[in-house]
Amino acid sequence: MTFPWLTFLGLVPLVGAGVMCLPIKQIARGVAMVFALLTVVVAIGVTVLYVGGTPLAEKAPWIPAFGAWWSVGLDGMALVMVLLTAVLVPIVLLAEWNVTGTGRWNAQAFFGLVLVLESLSLFVFMSTDVLLFYLFFEATLIPMYFLIGGFGGPRRAYAAVKFLLFSLAGGLVMLASVIGLYVWSIRLTGTPTYLLSELSKLDLGTNIGRWLMLGFLIAFIVKAPMVPVHTWLPTATEQSTPGTSVLLVGILDKIGTFGMIRFCLGLFPEASQWVAPVMVVLALISIIYGAVAAIGSTNLLRLVAYTSISHFGFMVLGIYTFTSAGITGSIFYMLNHGFSTAALFLVLGFLITRRGSALVGDYGGVQKLAPVLTGVFLMAGLSGLALPGMSSFVSEFMVLAGTWSRQPVVGAIATLGTVLAAVYILLMFQRTMTGPVTAATAEHFTTDATAREKWVAAPLIAIILLLGFLPNIALGVIEPTAQQAMIQVKVTDPVAPLGEEAK
Amino acid sequence: MNTLTPPTFEWLQLAPVLTVLVAACLGIVIEALVPRRWRFVSQIALFEVAVLVAFVFLVISWRLPADSMGLMAMGSISLDGPTYLMWGSLLVFGLLSLLVFSERDLDNGATAFAASAASVPGSPSEAEANTARHEHSEVFPLALFSLSGMMVFCAANDLLTAFVALEVMSLPLYLLSGMARKRRLLSQEAALKYFLLGALSSAFFLFGVALVYGYSGSFQFSAINDSISDPVYGRGLLYTGIVMLAIGLLFKIGAVPFHNWVPDVYVGAPTPVTGFMAICTKLAAVGATVRVFYVAFGAERWSWQPLLATVAVITMALGVVVALTQTDMKRLLAYSSISHAGFILVAVVGATAGGNGQMNSFGSILFYLIAYGFATIAAFAIVTMVRDSAGEVHAISGWAGLGRKNPLLAGIFALLMLSFAGIPLTGGFIGKWAVFSAAWRGGYSWLVLAAVAFSLVAAYVYIRVIVLMFFAEPTTGVAVGRASGMTWVPVGLGAIASVYLGLFPGPLLDLVTSASTFLR
Repeated sequence: MTFPWLTFLGLVPLVGAGVMCLPIKQIARGVAMVFALLTVVVAIGVTVLYVGGTPLAEKAPWIPAFGAWWSVGLDGMALVMVLLTAVLVPIVLLAEWNVTGTGRWNAQAFFGLVLVLESLSLFVFMSTDVLLFYLFFEATLIPMYFLIGGFGGPRRAYAAVKFLLFSLAGGLVMLASVIGLYVWSIRLTGTPTYLLSELSKLDLGTNIGRWLMLGFLIAFIVKAPMVPVHTWLPTATEQSTPGTSVLLVGILDKIGTFGMIRFCLGLFPEASQWVAPVMVVLALISIIYGAVAAIGSTNLLRLVAYTSISHFGFMVLGIYTFTSAGITGSIFYMLNHGFSTAALFLVLGFLITRRGSALVGDYGGVQKLAPVLTGVFLMAGLSGLALPGMSSFVSEFMVLAGTWSRQPVVGAIATLGTVLAAVYILLMFQRTMTGPVTAATAEHFTTDATAREKWVAAPLIAIILLLGFLPNIALGVIEPTAQQAMIQVKVTDPVAPLGEEAK
Repeated sequence: MNTLTPPTFEWLQLAPVLTVLVAACLGIVIEALVPRRWRFVSQIALFEVAVLVAFVFLVISWRLPADSMGLMAMGSISLDGPTYLMWGSLLVFGLLSLLVFSERDLDNGATAFAASAASVPGSPSEAEANTARHEHSEVFPLALFSLSGMMVFCAANDLLTAFVALEVMSLPLYLLSGMARKRRLLSQEAALKYFLLGALSSAFFLFGVALVYGYSGSFQFSAINDSISDPVYGRGLLYTGIVMLAIGLLFKIGAVPFHNWVPDVYVGAPTPVTGFMAICTKLAAVGATVRVFYVAFGAERWSWQPLLATVAVITMALGVVVALTQTDMKRLLAYSSISHAGFILVAVVGATAGGNGQMNSFGSILFYLIAYGFATIAAFAIVTMVRDSAGEVHAISGWAGLGRKNPLLAGIFALLMLSFAGIPLTGGFIGKWAVFSAAWRGGYSWLVLAAVAFSLVAAYVYIRVIVLMFFAEPTTGVAVGRASGMTWVPVGLGAIASVYLGLFPGPLLDLVTSASTFLR
């Protein structure tokens, strides 16, 4: 038996979290960082093995009575999500190095919870068994709940409960579908199974397939937040620390779009086509609504949350217009959005630490006092509005081009989103960074970016630029997954695959 | 006609019940003969040894190459896979609850039971008994009697045995409920309520027995089932009888609309007794219900399934919705126990047999009960530990900030709440999955959807408690008492089992599904 690399990868942060339970307050943060970096190393090792063609899938019986397996594996999409998770966590830890909470909610608890969350998220992306996926999908809520509820603004307990209830509601609907899959796998084959590879072969019939798909889809719509079930996200980001928001928006919410491709498209191709028109409309609403709400936001953290809702709209649009360019672009978007939102949230965190407020109106003229912070903020913002040269441009362009080739009208409306993106980012920049230095700003912005803050921003900006100029590093890995999804849904591109010209 | 066949009795196979029964009688002898200061210790030793010996007998008898299964004691006890599993779980949970009974460190060397239950609350004789440090060590034999009744109740193969067992199980519980040391009037009120309503429900049960006998001419479950397939009389008697029996059984399970006693009795009874009732009574009653409905009325399932489905829905609905508004921890746990009864009934309604090695209704129900049992015992044990100067703190607001005072205990309680809520990685989730899938496979997918919706409300109930413990400012005066191992063992085991069953449910699931065929 070969070494179980994937299980090992997921367990490294969990062991780190276990160590966090020991009374090591003095060195806790350092130890946590070591484990986070170790995870990055293992993740890179796994990537090398994957690209080298080594079979990594693991499978062992777990609950035979349910037909559930300990089954983990990687495809291109899972790999980029694993890398995103592994890379973001040490950056978040560094950014939240001085996190404080009340009482026993100290930095040690924060770092421990982040490591638990990292482990569970890695397993979510690697699971190839539906019950296993569901288990980790729900389990991620618990550390995130405590991260929101334990650290952050005055109404954090409310935000935490709101987050948990929305997610649980979606999750329970999905539970019904998960149980339904078990029942139907018995009815159709005689033995229960939860393996994705076997479930995708089942012929569920039109009606059952649609009902079961809806259960999964509702959970993912809540998770990815799409309008109208997005309201928990701005509340959560407003109340939690920026680091928590990065993990929430950058990693956990991706499970929604990830799940749409892997489970909705993979298990219920017919039903996915059936629901596509509705999803396209929902995606358009999210794109426009998110952008308009972002323009109207007076709170910087809420603003970024709304931009994310708009971006998630693009991802969903790319998935449900069924073109290989669109789906590839969507998956690439999931990766890029993780990094660019992380940059935005974390730089905002640095600003808020200095100013003590997240309101747009409390800022003004920051660029004269803290030019480095302003520069980083601008880079992060431009990445958010998908400027050419930034990685998000490539993905957004692919989604739009894919949509255009299938439904030009939809593509045209979605393009409005990019215009609005320029408005909300540039307005925010103008209102906070430029203009005359106000008295309050002068009082609070006494230091520019510290060394720690530069180390947080540098890798993010570097990755954004790298993937912007050399997108093929990631696209080469992602494309097979997108092609696979196209084959599963049994659709072909309306025109020659865009990737050919893009290359 | 002329020859009398001597009654047969399978001593070895029935030894688990007999051991508990004999130990209960020995306990009475101890009360009569042993000096007062040695009684308590000898009672503890007795019940620990008795339960362990009973468990060993159970394993030996199960491992017998032949004769381990069958109708025992002239066909009045049905010793089959479910019986062995129920007995095993009853013994384990019985032992754990009795450990909590014997905790004396929390209240200055006194148990949770009144020094002299017969004296009027507030009277001089009560004060006298308190000063003399008297204690009612007969609570242990009472609990053992009740336990033996439970064991027979879930194994009974005819309605008369079931009725007798029902009474043996209930009478000691009525007494135990009235023996709280603190808040004695409340406790006595609870005992009276429990007794009156319990007697009423027993009367319904007995009436049902008579009607079903009238219809079928037999008390034996298998004979009743046969007469349903081959009826002599019209079905009126049968249906009325089923409803009457259902009332008696659902009362013990605590299902709506026969749940009214649950909150009052759970609050009034001494907390260790509440823990014992919450899991052991429920286990036995559910076991008996499943046996009666599946074995005796299996052929008539099309008539009772809609009935039980309705009861399940209103039980879940009322349990979770009313739990939302509670301000008392024991009342909250009581309503949560009602809602769990509803979730269990969801699987009872399913009534799926399952193929070889597949989940079936009884397996799901038992797994749910075991996961629920570990969490319940630990939860009530923790309720005994959170105290202020007046005794246990039952007001939920008093639990605020517990996470800061004692992170370990609050963490365990949060874990138990998550298990109650059915969040993954806990035994409660696997249990929920199992009962829901059993119902769906039985063709009740709408019931699953309803149950899923109520699960969300239930989750909010438990999350509220977690929010309060971890994110609220601590209240002054409330502290976690220093308990001995008698309380910590159930708490620790409950926590470990809740996680273990969530991560590795395979072995237990295999066990409960492999031995879940009822003998007819």
